[in-house]
Amino acid sequence: MATTFQLNGKSTTLDADPNMPMLWALREVAGLHGTKFGCGMALCGACTIHLDGQAVRSCVLPLASVANRQVTTIEGLQSPQAKAVQAAWISLQVPQCGYCQSGQIMSATALLEKNAAPTDADIDAAMSGNICRCGTYTRIRAAIHAAAKPKA
Amino acid sequence: MSSRLHSPARADRREFLKGAGAAAVSALTIGFEWAGPSPAMAAGGATTLPPFAPNAFVRIGADDSVTVISKHIEMGQGSYTGLATILAEELDADWAQVRVESAPADATRYANLVFGKIQGTGGSSAMANSWAQLRDAGAKARAMLLTAAANRWRVPVSELTVDKGVIFHAGSKRQATFGSLVKAASALPVPATVQLKNPESFTLIGHLPPRVDVPAKCDGTAQFTIDVEMPGMLVALLKRPPLFGATVKSFDASAAGQVPGVVKVVQVPGGIAVLAKSFWAAKQARDALQIEWDDSKAEKRSSAALMEEYRRLADQPALSARKDGDVQKALGAATHRISASYEFPYLAHAPMEPLDAVVKLDAHGCEIWTGDQFQTLDQANAAHTAGLDPQQVIIHTLYAGGSFGRRANVYSDYIVEAVSIAKAYGADGTPIKLQWTREDDIHGGLYRPMYFHKLEAGLNAQGELTGWHHVIVGQSIMAGGAFAGMIKDGVDPTSVEGAATLAYSIPNIAVDLSTTTTGVPVLWWRVVGSSHTTFAVETFIDEVAHAAGVDAFSFRRKLLEHEPRMKAVLELAADKAGWGSPLPKGRGRGIAVGEAFKTLVAQVAEVSVDETGAIKVERVVCAVDCGIAINPDIIRAQMEGGIGFGLGAAMYSAITLIDGRVEQSNFNDYRVLRMNEMPQVEVHIVPSAVDPTGVGEPGVAPIGPAVANAIFAATGKRLHVFPFFKGGAEAS
Repeated sequence: MATTFQLNGKSTTLDADPNMPMLWALREVAGLHGTKFGCGMALCGACTIHLDGQAVRSCVLPLASVANRQVTTIEGLQSPQAKAVQAAWISLQVPQCGYCQSGQIMSATALLEKNAAPTDADIDAAMSGNICRCGTYTRIRAAIHAAAKPKA
Repeated sequence: MSSRLHSPARADRREFLKGAGAAAVSALTIGFEWAGPSPAMAAGGATTLPPFAPNAFVRIGADDSVTVISKHIEMGQGSYTGLATILAEELDADWAQVRVESAPADATRYANLVFGKIQGTGGSSAMANSWAQLRDAGAKARAMLLTAAANRWRVPVSELTVDKGVIFHAGSKRQATFGSLVKAASALPVPATVQLKNPESFTLIGHLPPRVDVPAKCDGTAQFTIDVEMPGMLVALLKRPPLFGATVKSFDASAAGQVPGVVKVVQVPGGIAVLAKSFWAAKQARDALQIEWDDSKAEKRSSAALMEEYRRLADQPALSARKDGDVQKALGAATHRISASYEFPYLAHAPMEPLDAVVKLDAHGCEIWTGDQFQTLDQANAAHTAGLDPQQVIIHTLYAGGSFGRRANVYSDYIVEAVSIAKAYGADGTPIKLQWTREDDIHGGLYRPMYFHKLEAGLNAQGELTGWHHVIVGQSIMAGGAFAGMIKDGVDPTSVEGAATLAYSIPNIAVDLSTTTTGVPVLWWRVVGSSHTTFAVETFIDEVAHAAGVDAFSFRRKLLEHEPRMKAVLELAADKAGWGSPLPKGRGRGIAVGEAFKTLVAQVAEVSVDETGAIKVERVVCAVDCGIAINPDIIRAQMEGGIGFGLGAAMYSAITLIDGRVEQSNFNDYRVLRMNEMPQVEVHIVPSAVDPTGVGEPGVAPIGPAVANAIFAATGKRLHVFPFFKGGAEAS
């Protein structure tokens, strides 16, 4: 069965089981590998994507549920907030193994798109669903603050 | 700058070999211990190394690119950047032109010199074992390029200088890039000896070259095993027995076979595997398998019962791992005796990337793509499984999404599974990706072993620590595996490191080990023995200091008079943390110090306790002495990350068994640290001229005891059982 939606700004039709989680539809049908599998139960955030601008866990999101909606993955990040987040991630050398970082960047971008100057409590609330086993949390927090700062 | 992981997964093999041949023409490769073409290459393996240069650590292209070949996996610890930094420093390369490529599996060229003849990564040894080797490799490459330039310009080498990949002759105002000298340098002999730089002239080592892997890890393009795709590739999921040691009695795959996309169901020694065209199909089919298991030889005990047995064993005679003086006499003569016991659960590594491997097996060979941490053993185990020679197994090491030791196992469990599935499928060259789920990972065994520790100490009338008796009970990691030869007189060094190596000056010390056997497979977990021994030692010494009425820092410091490096990290951490300065009500500070893999780390944790009793670790000050700091920012990152990793385990993580069945299944019940629980971390590096040691693991060891000691300071309550908070729900 075919499902049509906007994927990274382009109308896309994927012919796959409508119950297939978006994570696998993106990875194995659309061929976009930036979104990662970590737990399959929305517990770790490695698979975070944006659905109509909201950060969601694609591992529990059926393909059918995105019909006619806007899906953004790490490959399609375009907003100024996203660019600021990615630049801060590089500048503060956030990643270690890097596996969770697509999800971290997607959650951080969604946060900054809604909240231009998040507090530490805002960051805790938005980011605690994203596990990083390497423990890059201190740098993630610093990078979000850095990305939030207005450019001089 | 980029880190270019070579990705034959996406290339046709013939095209790929053609590319490698082209590279051979235009690249200078520096090798040593020339041993002729490696067997793997003779077998026609897909490798980017030019055939004339088997022992290569660096390849310089006509385009000025400097490719450093890493014999160590990059799994987050920064090995690619660290290794490239060492070589590029001596080469005087332009960091912007440096890229890193993974070495093929070939122990003749790429052995870990700490392990001997085995290629692999572990024990925080990548920098330590590569330091001299890569400095030499870089310096020899530089010397050959200089000679090539001197020959071309007919000037003495001594008149040449090098800066960022460009050679200058000031007298004639001539210059040449490395790339322009590739052909001439390739014709020169490799010098037998070469002068290394004076550390004072380092421009990369000790500075902050950015990580080579970071840009690709910020835009989703970094390639992990899970991202490997090939035409016709099948995804395999394996249904493993619910109890360790159980086997398949019978199975019914009729429902599984009905799932659209399923190609085949096969039985392998590890269980029943489903091969499908997609993960989703394989997952649904695996869920539909009907399997009857034979539990007759399975481990059916509960972890609580095992711990009860360990407690009893702690009072029985054990093997001696260290004996200084007469501890029983000292304890008998003590005016004050202190005792405590500590319990540590099984722990899963739970790297973010669930285990995976891509295997292409046919009658002639086996090609493997994976985040490989133990290439030589994996090569041997894959060959054994496939019925091939090790030289017929080609391994492409990709980035691993974490490992923490899990991918360095002597059984090569996940690789053997993948090869056995490919074999059962027919060994027809079909690429097969074995994918574990998180539940597979949490249930999968090869845990950090469960341990029980019992300690007793004696103080004399002057309050001096005169006797220290430490008994450890638990499984051996090395027993029965490729490293069993390291067990001396029945004592597995990984069971007692950090305890038998106690640095404190105490006249009478006994460390005893009682090794247990269970059906639960165990493995090293980040920082190995020190993941439990440092906790026992460092919380117990705190109890002893308290009993002696002496400040916890001063008490340790006095016992480290003969350990200047350890004393210095302790002092640095205490100083930077403001040890002894007043804290607000509800706050407490704790200190701990430890050595692991010759790196010394001290940490001071500051915790807060609110009116509900909820505990938060607010701040950690960390001091580290790892010898020469190759990349200070990566050292800081490893300390920060080690603290997060160790803190999660101390506070929340446990694998427990009920009648042999693992109770946890995913991150909901196998709790690890999350963003809101991460303290502020401050890292201070001790300046040093000593050869570098590793930083991937040592930062993990002191955090548990530092926090436990801080909780005692804040609440008066001692913690003796890992994790501090059971079930996560109580966690603050």
